[in-house]
Amino acid sequence: MADKKVAIYTTPTCPYCKRAKEYLSRKGISYQEYNVAVDRDKAKEMIQKSGQMGVPVITIDNEVVVGFNQVQLDSLLS
Amino acid sequence: MYDLMIIGGGPAGLSASVYAARKRLKALLVSGDVGGQVNKTLGVENYLGYQFIEGPELISKFQEQVNQFPIEQKIGYKISRLEKIKGGFEAISEAGDSYQAKAVVFATGKRPRQLNVPGEKELTGRGVTYCAICDGPLFSGQRVAVVGGGNSALEAALDMVKIAEYVDLVSLTPLTGDAILIEKLGEAKNLSIFTEYRTEKIEGKDFVEGMVIKDLKSGKSKRLKVTGIFIEIGLVPNSDLVNKLVKLNKWGEVPISCSCETEIPGLYAAGDVTDAPEKQIIVATGEGAKAALQAHRYLQRLAT
Repeated sequence: MADKKVAIYTTPTCPYCKRAKEYLSRKGISYQEYNVAVDRDKAKEMIQKSGQMGVPVITIDNEVVVGFNQVQLDSLLS
Repeated sequence: MYDLMIIGGGPAGLSASVYAARKRLKALLVSGDVGGQVNKTLGVENYLGYQFIEGPELISKFQEQVNQFPIEQKIGYKISRLEKIKGGFEAISEAGDSYQAKAVVFATGKRPRQLNVPGEKELTGRGVTYCAICDGPLFSGQRVAVVGGGNSALEAALDMVKIAEYVDLVSLTPLTGDAILIEKLGEAKNLSIFTEYRTEKIEGKDFVEGMVIKDLKSGKSKRLKVTGIFIEIGLVPNSDLVNKLVKLNKWGEVPISCSCETEIPGLYAAGDVTDAPEKQIIVATGEGAKAALQAHRYLQRLAT
């Protein structure tokens, strides 16, 4: 698991982002966070990677998870 | 077969889970997500014991309490069918799994209402959103529309005038939200309000490029060049699963007795999906507790 690269695109006001981050932390997974409310380049990157504009978006290596989807996260992280 | 199946992971379902576990019922909690609408709530100031707590944090605390107990949980599994079978109920998940229980607590809550106009479904997540506090910041410097006339819509519009370049507020009716919010909106310089306008369609190829609204008085249509559309037109109960089992009220809610009974013995309901008055977290948790305790009594009667 340690070798998987995890990133999360968030906005500071998004409660689902908060839950998703808590979930990752509880699983002991470290992640890079991008605040797309201020980082326009990362916002563009997120839209490009996920094909949509909703947060959170979580990337695990090359896989993209839209929203806080526990089942999908679990299967990609295991 | 389980004793009790709790469908829904919001405050009502989580509270029912705690009560079921403490009664040592063989129980299953099955839900597409944990927290439901509370996930979209930034701050909660009326749940006893907390003067202020963020919605997601409150849900985490609920979940921690449920996790103390050996109750089986299927989170991320949406139920697509619920049927009465001999000796109980059977639920089928979208993935095709079957779960059977002698009794059910149905606590599926509410979801955001959709406009049901062309383009809405296709462009959801591509400019159309039902969570203004989540996705609002992504539209900084852009022109956006907020659809709705109640408090949620007015609050979304107030948030967005600070973030977006310009905001169009579109309401089918005169604004129905609190006067204080309407006054605050009056101070915004980058806002137009269209009341008694119907949203006809949402346009865009890959992402939202605009929307068409129609003036109900003159019958004239108007095109708004927006890249984001925030739909805040209220909530609908997630009661589709039981609409063949029980007769829903005119709002689509599940009618219950003061003991959370539905018209089907063994099928209990709790929280926002029911016709119980006041959609509040603290009410839903109380109703969930009641439903689980009543289900426990029902199971005891079955056993004797």
